[in-house]
Amino acid sequence: MSQGVTLDRVSMRFGSFTAVDDVSLDIRPGEFFSFLGPSGCGKTTILRLISGFSEPTSGQVLIGGKDMRGVGANKRPTAMIFQNLALFPLMSVAENIAFGLEVRGLSRTERRRKADELLDLIALPGIGDRAVAELSGGQRQRVAIARALAVEPTVLLLDEPLSALDLKLRQHMRTELRAIQKRTGVTFIYITHDQGEALTMSDRVAVMSQGRIEQVGAPQEIYESPETAFAAGFVGETNAFPGIVHAADSEMAVIDTKLGQLRARNCAGLSGGEAAVVFVRPERLLPADDGILVRVREKTFEGSFIRVVGEGQDGVPVVAQITNAGDLPDLRIGSETRLRFHPRQAVALRPAPHG
Amino acid sequence: MAELSRRLGGPIAALAVAAVAIWLVLLVALPDLLMIDYSLRPNLPPSEIGGPQDVHSLANYAVLWSNKIHLGIFFRTIWASSLVTVITLVVCYPVAFYLAKVAKPSNAALLVLLLIIPFWINEILRTFAWYIVLAYNGPLNRVLTGLGIMARPIRWYGTAGVMVGMVYAYILFMVFPLTNAMESLDRNQIDAARDLGASRWRIHRRIVIPHAKPGIATGCVMTFMLAAGSYAVPSLLGSPSSRWFTEIIYNWFFEGGNWNLGAAYAFLLLLLCIVFIAVMMRLFRVSLADIAR
Repeated sequence: MSQGVTLDRVSMRFGSFTAVDDVSLDIRPGEFFSFLGPSGCGKTTILRLISGFSEPTSGQVLIGGKDMRGVGANKRPTAMIFQNLALFPLMSVAENIAFGLEVRGLSRTERRRKADELLDLIALPGIGDRAVAELSGGQRQRVAIARALAVEPTVLLLDEPLSALDLKLRQHMRTELRAIQKRTGVTFIYITHDQGEALTMSDRVAVMSQGRIEQVGAPQEIYESPETAFAAGFVGETNAFPGIVHAADSEMAVIDTKLGQLRARNCAGLSGGEAAVVFVRPERLLPADDGILVRVREKTFEGSFIRVVGEGQDGVPVVAQITNAGDLPDLRIGSETRLRFHPRQAVALRPAPHG
Repeated sequence: MAELSRRLGGPIAALAVAAVAIWLVLLVALPDLLMIDYSLRPNLPPSEIGGPQDVHSLANYAVLWSNKIHLGIFFRTIWASSLVTVITLVVCYPVAFYLAKVAKPSNAALLVLLLIIPFWINEILRTFAWYIVLAYNGPLNRVLTGLGIMARPIRWYGTAGVMVGMVYAYILFMVFPLTNAMESLDRNQIDAARDLGASRWRIHRRIVIPHAKPGIATGCVMTFMLAAGSYAVPSLLGSPSSRWFTEIIYNWFFEGGNWNLGAAYAFLLLLLCIVFIAVMMRLFRVSLADIAR
């Protein structure tokens, strides 16, 4: 079973510092939902508000439609996986997994049976009697997941649980987590500052900055159509060309930049005379006969593509990733080349309020 | 030794080692050896010391077992010291948990200071203070009768007085080992247990207490040994019915004039306390390595 989570105008203040600022959000039952943002953006605070370790200063947290105010962490239908996993070192693996069942008064044999079942689910059968200290990083990870799933939560909260693993294991665990989520159907709420994790695993992602939600959407949606300058810059690599709106309609905008007039989709409702930034992904810049004039500063051959770091007019940095289709232009360092992009593959947004 | 002489130079290193050796031998080992020797010899008039009757035997150690009164006081001392230990643990556990895991660092520092300041005063003086507080016409009885909690004053001197005095005297010996042990507990462990549905009581029983066990053992051993070996508190706050074994040892030395028997009693107290602690440690599955940690 799974339940949705609703945040209704939730704010959390610590003294004069606002960690979470008026956040409203619906997380659907059975969804893999990620909060993505830099450290200090308030994502961990949101997780603690949902789990019940803290109560919001204002606003409501609802789980399965029920208001959770006054319901302690031990009474909520959530389970949390901590960043450092917080396995109990003095208990065996099976005791760890069955701790939540012990709390619920299940008999010893019943607990053991359930623990063995969960060990099968996480593909670690027969390690129930081992000590936590004997396990490898990846095994601990999975034991922590089993311990959380043992209490049959309707919502599973994960606080950057992969950050302590090495790269290879981390990538393996991404698929694993996604598979466990699919198998159990539990709502997963995942906190991370790693966009790769958020994009590959999630059904939907909320991009956060300074206590506010910048954008909520499917990973591809956020990548293709960022709604704020922060979201555009934080999720994936991008070029940013600042300028002033020359003309705009509901569809497209023309921006005067140092690189000349650039056309892009007008997603933010810009109008003439406003400051704006044109965002273009590096892989959307293509070699052309006309377009932006770029002097090549660095060039990296990556096999399937070539990465070019260059400088446009007035030293504006430009990064391009050109697919190796067998007809790569001659891009010597110091040489000049022209790059262009399709206006529908670029977005014009208001500049970020803070730098 | 080689490391020491490399750091300090030969002569200074030799001096430091000699000083430690002299201190250990002269002030620790020798008096104890002397007392062991005393305890093994009969109590003889000066003229017969070194004579044919002055032979080593365990006779002094057998005396206690045939003296029902002394034996009773001995077991009472062990029992009362255990009680003091348990009460001190119960009193100190919440304080230690608050200091280690709940209080903000600045508050914790202030609280530690408040705990320590009274201990700047000599133990005898603090015990005298309790002597005054607990007196029949003293402030405690006045307040309690004045508030109508009790109809008439109570005689606190005796077991109650000794308990109060000792628990108070040994608080720090319990609080600090407990706090130390609890501080190393990862806060997330508590949160994780709570998140899995555990009540406060279960969190302490399954997470905090097992983690703090070495600290609890250290605090309990120290408190128990100090209580069993205490002299000032029972002689000031006690009554004839709450006599402590140390008072009997004192009497052998300074009133009976029998140092030999006094020394034997003292060693018996030490040995039996160690045995008692060893049994308790086995019972609660604490190893010596845990305590030394």
